[in-house]
Parts: sequence; C-alpha cells; structure tokens
Amino acid sequence: MSTILSVKDVGKTYESAGNSLTVLHRINFDVEAASAVSIVGPSGSGKTTLLGLCAGLDRASTGSIVLNGICLDTLGEDDRAGVRNQYVGFIFQNFQLLPTLTALENVRVPLELRGERNSRNRALELLDKVGLADRSHHYPLQLSGGEQQRVSIARAFSNSPRILFADEPTGNLDAETSDTIERLLFDLNKDMGTTLVLVTHDMDLAFKTQRIIRMKGGAVVSDEVTQPKEL
Amino acid sequence: MEVPYTRPKLAAGWIVRMAWRDSRRSRSRLFLFVSSIIIGIAALVAIYALGDNFEKDIDNQAATLVGADLVISSNHSLEEGEQGIIDSVRGLSRAHAEEQSFASMVLFPKSGGTRLVQIRALGGDFPYYGKLETVPEAAGREFRNHRQALVDKTLLLQFGAEVGDSIKVGEVLFEIAGRLNQAPGQSGISTTIAPAVFIPMAYLDATGLNQKGSRINYSYYFHLPGGRDADVLAKGLDSLLEVHRMGYDTIASRKEETGRSFSDLSKFLSLVGFVALLLGCIGVSSAIHIYIKEKLNSIAILRCLGASSKQAFLIFLVQVMGVGFIGSLIGAILGTGVQQLLPLVFKDFVPVAISTDVSWSAILQGIGLGVWISVLFALLPLIGIRNIAPLNTLRLSLDTPSPIRDRLSWLVYGLIALFIFGYAYLQLSGFLQTLAFTAGVAVSFMVLFATASLLIWLVRRFFPASWSYLWRQGLSNLFRPNNQTVILVISIGLGTAFIATLLLVQEMLISRVSLSSSGNQPNMVLFDIQTSQKQRVAELVKEQGLPVIDQVPIVTVQLEAINGITADQARADSTLQVSRRALGGELRATYRDSLIDSEKITAGTWMGEAARGEMPRVSLEEGYANRIHVSVGDTLLFNVQGVRIPTLVGSLREVDWNRVQTNFRLIFPMGVIDNAPQFHVLMTRVPDESVSARMQQAVVTQFPNVSIIDLGLILSVLDEILDKIGFVVRFMGGFSMLTGFVVLVASVMISKYQRIKESVLLRTMGASRKQILVITALEYLFLGLLAAFAGVVLALAGSWALAAFSFEVPFAPNLLAMGLLIIGVTAITVLVGLFNSRGITLRPPLEILRKDI
Repeated sequence: MSTILSVKDVGKTYESAGNSLTVLHRINFDVEAASAVSIVGPSGSGKTTLLGLCAGLDRASTGSIVLNGICLDTLGEDDRAGVRNQYVGFIFQNFQLLPTLTALENVRVPLELRGERNSRNRALELLDKVGLADRSHHYPLQLSGGEQQRVSIARAFSNSPRILFADEPTGNLDAETSDTIERLLFDLNKDMGTTLVLVTHDMDLAFKTQRIIRMKGGAVVSDEVTQPKEL
Repeated sequence: MEVPYTRPKLAAGWIVRMAWRDSRRSRSRLFLFVSSIIIGIAALVAIYALGDNFEKDIDNQAATLVGADLVISSNHSLEEGEQGIIDSVRGLSRAHAEEQSFASMVLFPKSGGTRLVQIRALGGDFPYYGKLETVPEAAGREFRNHRQALVDKTLLLQFGAEVGDSIKVGEVLFEIAGRLNQAPGQSGISTTIAPAVFIPMAYLDATGLNQKGSRINYSYYFHLPGGRDADVLAKGLDSLLEVHRMGYDTIASRKEETGRSFSDLSKFLSLVGFVALLLGCIGVSSAIHIYIKEKLNSIAILRCLGASSKQAFLIFLVQVMGVGFIGSLIGAILGTGVQQLLPLVFKDFVPVAISTDVSWSAILQGIGLGVWISVLFALLPLIGIRNIAPLNTLRLSLDTPSPIRDRLSWLVYGLIALFIFGYAYLQLSGFLQTLAFTAGVAVSFMVLFATASLLIWLVRRFFPASWSYLWRQGLSNLFRPNNQTVILVISIGLGTAFIATLLLVQEMLISRVSLSSSGNQPNMVLFDIQTSQKQRVAELVKEQGLPVIDQVPIVTVQLEAINGITADQARADSTLQVSRRALGGELRATYRDSLIDSEKITAGTWMGEAARGEMPRVSLEEGYANRIHVSVGDTLLFNVQGVRIPTLVGSLREVDWNRVQTNFRLIFPMGVIDNAPQFHVLMTRVPDESVSARMQQAVVTQFPNVSIIDLGLILSVLDEILDKIGFVVRFMGGFSMLTGFVVLVASVMISKYQRIKESVLLRTMGASRKQILVITALEYLFLGLLAAFAGVVLALAGSWALAAFSFEVPFAPNLLAMGLLIIGVTAITVLVGLFNSRGITLRPPLEILRKDI
C-alpha cells in the first residue's frame, strides 16, 4: 500500500507577545492510503493542532508534511486551499455547517468550488446516502445535532477525498446517534477507499480503527497497530 | 511523485451565488449598515439635480435675467463721445430703453414710514424679455405713462401700504400703481437688501434726486433685431467702453455669471452633503467591521473547504456592493423627493424660477458615488478577511495579523484620503482650500477618535470598582469587546459640532453688528447732504435733541495715473507693475487735518495741511495701498471733477473698519480739494426706534435727497438675511444631523446584537427588566455626554478661530445654549439606546436566544 500522509520531525511553536509556546515536538509518522488511524490523548496534548497541520489548515514551524505526494510546507495558503478542495475532507466536533446555507447547499459548496457542473445531483445522492434526502432544503438550525453531523459527512465525502480528517466527530452527540455516525463514516471509508484520520477522546471509537497514535505534552508517546473492533 | 492540484478559480457566478446565500439571515442587518449612507446620497442627489435643473432653467430663462439683448452701464452721466456710442447702438436696435438707479429715502405718507430703497427710474419699454411681474398685472406696463410707481412687495408689507396709496420719492408724490413681485434678474436676497421702487423716467428730474454728485447708475437697454449677435456687437465695443469706464452685459454673459455664482453655492452645498455622506461611511465601516467579526467562522469553514482568500473576500465585497447599491438607490429616490422642496429653500437666492424635473444624471452620479464610497469604507474591515485562517474552524487562531501591520490597510487609508481630497478639490477648485477642508475633516475625526480612545483608556485605568454593579456594568460596556464607543462618539460628536458651530457663528455675526452700535457709537448715518444743506441738516438733527457726532465732506475722485503710468499705458504694456483695475476707478475721499480714533499711521508721516509749493501728500489705507501696489513716496494723479491733481503718497494707515465711522481709503490734507464739488455725511446716535422714525421722517420731508442708513435697519436686514442663509445651512446641515441620528440608531441596533446574549444571560440569572434598562441607559448616558461635550468643544475651537482670524470680534460664546445642547443630545442618545433595547427586556429570554443568536 502507498503512503498518503507523511509527517517528518514536525513541530509547532506559537509566538505571542514576545513569548513562545511550543505545542508540538518532533512528530513523525506515516499513514497508509485507505487505512483508518486514530490520534488520541488528553486535552492539551496537541492532537487537534497536529490534525490542523496534517490537513494543511496551518503551517508547521519545523519539519515537513507531505499529503498525497504534495509537500505542504512550501505552499501558500491559497495553494493549500486547492489541495484541501481536491483531496481532503473534514468532519468537526461542532459540525461547522454554514448557517445561512441549506443542507443541500452546504454539501454542494466543495463541488461548486471545483467547478463541477452536476453538483446538485451528486449532493442529493450523498444526502440520500446519509439518510437526509427529505431534509435537503432545511437550514442547519432546523436540524438536530445528529442530522447536522450527517450533512457534514455528506459534505466531507462530496469531493471524493483521498483522506478525511475528523476532529471528535461524535463528541457532541448521544450514544445512539454516535453509533449511526460512526457506521456511516466507516462505511464510506470502506466504500470509497478514503483514508480516515480521527482525533478523539473516545477510546471505543479509536479501537474501531486499525492504528492508534497516542499523544501527550505535544509528543507521540505510542503508535500501535490494533485489531479493529467490529462495528 | 508530485500529484497535481489546482488553485481555486475565481468563478464570478459562484461568488455572487454565495454572497446571496450568505446574506440570507443578515439582509435586514446589512441594510441597516448602509442606511447610514442613504441620507448623504439623498442630499447629494438633490443638490446635483437642483444644479442640473438650474442650468436648464438658466438656459431657458436667460433672456429674462437681463430683460434685453444688450445692456451698457455706467456710473456717470454720458459725457462727450459716450453719447455717440449709445446712439450708434440705438441705431442698430429694434427698441431701446434707459434706466437710472440709485439709493434714496422714500416716505409712505399714510403711515409716515421711511426707508432707504433702490429707486429705478425707467424710460422706454424695458423689459423686452420677461416682464415686470406686478399686481395688478397691467401696472407693470402702464405706470410709465402716469405719475405712478411700482413698489416692491416687501416694502408694501413693511409699511402696510396698498395699491392706490401714495409714496413720496424726493419732491414728488407718486400713486402706487402696483405691487412689484419680480423684476428681471432680481432675487429674494437682493430685494431684502435694497427693495426696488420703479418710477417713470419722465418724473426723475422733478424728484430732485439726480443732482450732481449723487451716486447714480445709468443703464441703457437695447433690443436687437433677429440675426444681430449681441455678443459680437459688445465685443466690438469692449475696448471703447473700457476707455469710458462703462460696462456691458449680454444674455450670454449674464447667464455665465449667474451660473457661476450658483455653481459656487451648489459646490458649497455639495460639500455639506458630502460631510453627511462621510459620516455615514464611518457608520458603514464600523458596522461591516462587526459583521465580518461575526462571519469569522463561516469564512474559516469556506477556507477549510477550499475557498481561496480572494474568493472569501469577494463574497463579502459583493454583499457590500449589493447593499451599497440598494442604499444608494433608496437615497437617490429620496433625494429626488427632497429635490421637489429645494426650489422653496433656494427661491430667495436665485433670479430664475427653478424647475423640479427628475435628473437621471444626478441619480446615476448619486448611485455611483454611493456604491463606490460604501465599498471604499467597507474595504478596511473587508481586507481583514484575507487573514482569516481556516484553522479558526478548529480553534481561534493566534496568528491573525494586526490591521495596523497590514500594508493593504494603509493603501485603503490612502485611497480614502485621496478620494476625500479629490472630491473636495472638484468642489472647491483651490489647492489650499481643499487641503484646509481635508485637514479639517481629518482633524475633527481624529479629535473625536482620540476623545473616544481616551475615554476607553480612562474608564479602564480608573475603573470605579467600589461602585454599584449597575454603574460598573454600564461603564464597562464602554470598553468591552465589540463596543460601539468610537463610532458613536464620532457620529454624535460631529452632529453636535455641526449644530453648535451654526449657533455660534450666527450669534457672532449678529453680535458683530450689535457691538458696533453699542456705547456712544453712532448708529445713524445721513449721507448725500449737499454743501448748501450741511448747516440746516445739522440744525435739524440738533432740534430733534440728537448729537452731531461727526460731519465729514466727501469728494468723488478718479485715479488717473500711478507713478506716471495711465490706464492706457497699463493696457498697452502688461509688464508694467501697476493695478489696471485701480486706474480709472472712482474713489470717495475726504480731507481733514487730523487722524481719528479708528486710524493709526503704519508707514510714512501724516500731514494735515498741504505745504505751499510742494506736491500734496495724501494718506492711503494700507490694505488699499497693497492692492494697487503702491507705497510711501509713489506719485498718484487724481482727476477731481475735471481738475487734475498730482499727489505723493505721504503715509499709510491701518483702519478699524468694524467701527461705525466715516473711514476712507484716501485722505487729502486740508487746502487741496476743499473747494471741489462735494457732499457731506453726518453721523448721529438715536436712542430708540421711535426717535429714529421721527428723525427719518423729518429729514425726508425737508431734505428728500438726503439718504439715511439706520443701524437698526441694517441689523434687522442682516437678521433676515442670516435667517434665510441659516435656513439653507440648517436644511443642508440637517442631512448631517439626520445621518448622525441614523448612524446612532444603526450603531445602537448593531450593539444590541452584541449585547443581547449577555443581557439574556443576565435576565436568566435573575436581573430585572429595570436593572437591564438602567445598565443600558448608563452606557448611553456616558457615550452621549462625552460625544456631545467633545462636539461642543470642537465647535467652540472652530468658532474661536473664526472670531479671532476671520470676523475679528471678541469671542463670547453663549455657554448656556451650549450646555442645553449637550443635555439635549445626551437625552436623545439615551432615549434611542433605550428604545432600541426594549426588545431584549420585553420578551422571554429563550425566545430571543432562539430568534437572534
């Protein structure tokens, strides 16, 4: 299998009012294409920062990140936006849907950004897959938390990403809804061959992936391959 | 292996679609933001449309401005050679008429009222275009054939006279044939200053008012046959007329002159409207700033999904353009409505009837300006979008660069300054004036900005921790995140400064005249007294129990040469350093042996008596000497009623023109022009209006040729003129004040969105409705008080500068009025604040949270 994400000696330091704060120290790991990986650790361990760097939302202070063969370190913000639009999907703990757009429009945005002509049908198809075909014209405020996350998943898969980053995807949901969301995520991961990188506190969710990277104090403390639990 | 990727394309269609989608829940708020520019655009569209219509009206009514094809005018009776010019033009004309006009007293026998008016003695069928608009209508034509007069409507009203009554002009009693509503070229203001009385030329001699030495203007009107170009004819006569000190007017030249004066007025008003627009733009900028802050998360999501910084920026730029267009369109419609009122406002200032047609060019200009200016001022907060990182979707970014460090911000500041300067330059056309205007605007904004910043700093630094919770909460609202302190202080402060300056300047102008009449200063001037009447007029004044404070002779002289250079030589050689305008001009001079209180020698030596065998040494007022480029030791040749008198400039004087004195630019020593034809001026002081009326009546009855200037009358005329000008300025200033009010309402409503969550939380925690209202009231009380105070201080500083450097009067502002203004503005601010916050307190917290958050 090929490597889709390569993280080498990555560190992140924030400068603020003359003080510097290092939140990540020399992180190293590779992620195989079509695999599912969890990053776990206590609050403040740097896992969300690491996710942001891997997805090209921010730039590492040291080291390098290669995503789908593209070295992100040298790219400007707009180039990274292009990479995200073509190869990356996102799922957030607080859903991050655009509140002024309907469910359908939210799913269409990445497709429209790519200039795809058939975005409406593709978005409807995805909404149907997550079981929200009949709620396509509802605004986020008119949907429950679980429904919003399902729209978010549909949006994340709309551009058929090579890799999907999920930050606490079930963190704001009850147990039953969480199960549904997890099933959807892993099904789509399997069906579409998308690599899945999860950041979570939830060890049950983490054990459903094939690999768990544990972090503490801004550093990787363990990186183990697991036998995924059945969903 | 490098995998290809493409940068996001701009895709205009998608950007517009996203702008539309994103605006769904914010349209009313976006509209609120641009509502601030509606008033400014309305003002400008109204003024532009007025200008367009006026230009059209002047074109259509140009002929009635002059009443004839050509007018030749002079301030002396026809001399040899001049009659020939007039006769030659008469020979080319279809018809001709003549007018002699001068200032004189008239008496209304029925009421005994007297007043200084403009007598216009008319011979011939003038006007040839338009008509003398009278009631009854026929009077305008028929009065010329009888011993009848047309009397200005304001005069009839003032003295309670009616058509059929009598009016005494000089020695002759005329029947009032009609009420004069309008004469060619006359405006409301000109009739306020000098109301006209038309009499037939045939009776002028009988009035005894056109004696030698009287200041009479002679006008010769010509109606040319079709095909004869008045301008070509006038240009042919130009140099000849200049030699004879005569002027001319044609329809084209009057049109140009009238258009120019109106254009100056219109440019001034455009600037006033522009200030209103600027004020609104500050409101737009501040509101968009808060709006973008609220959109931070949405922008971060878009960036996360792959939108470029340019795309995100353009989405919101399109929104601003859209609402800017709608706001401007509403402003333009409103302005077109306001324009219907403007002819009423300006009717006293223009000599033509102004139409109220819709001006599409004004509407387009207004909309264009509105869209451009909303975009320009929204750019400051909008360019910040470029720096919103997608990381904000995960957590608040720590790396957002400060706008101060963003180079593009400085470019936008530069563009704004350039735009203000450019717009002002187009209106003012003078570099220094434009610089002064731009600097004035910048200083005002900076002073208010500094005041607001100082307030925020002071409240933070000296926060009264021991005060009760409500006071602390109200005070801390002034500096907490998303506060509206700066924008509210600027908008309310500017509005207040506007009103206060208006009040102070109006008061200053009135007090300048009132001051000059205080104490034992003369307040009545009798002039045009013939030498033969001098003694008897003085006796009459004394008989009335009034003092003769001053009595001086006046001799009309003409300056023929400066250092031997005559007007002809100056005209022939433009390199000569002499004032061509001064040569040939008339001057009123006096002769005396000593200086008076209002004069001080600044150069040379005063000489009261002419020394025998030497060239007489005259004294010039220093400002006049500077204007004609003359200094001590230069020679001046005067023509005194036909006698040439060479003189030497012996001294220069500084003159206090503010004093009611007979001040002169030129004074001869005794023994030079003592026997020249002359008239006299007498000054006295009347204690009250009834004595003044009795005195005027006695003078007019016994000496009809003597004219009287009553300072009381000047004061009332000034008051009336200031009232008319004040109305226009208030009308235009009203746009700024209204904008200030809209910005205030918009800012309060925007801050409501900021405050709503915490107010709801406070209510959830048990705060009563009253407590919330007290907190809100206190916040706006501090804001209103400080802004109004800062505005008044700005106005006081500006008015002081005007008093010290322009009007040169002592600065004594009415502090009570200023205090009341501060209280009034503060009260309005608090009321608007409370009114807009009432929604938070009237409805249940949950309802508001669901609806607004």
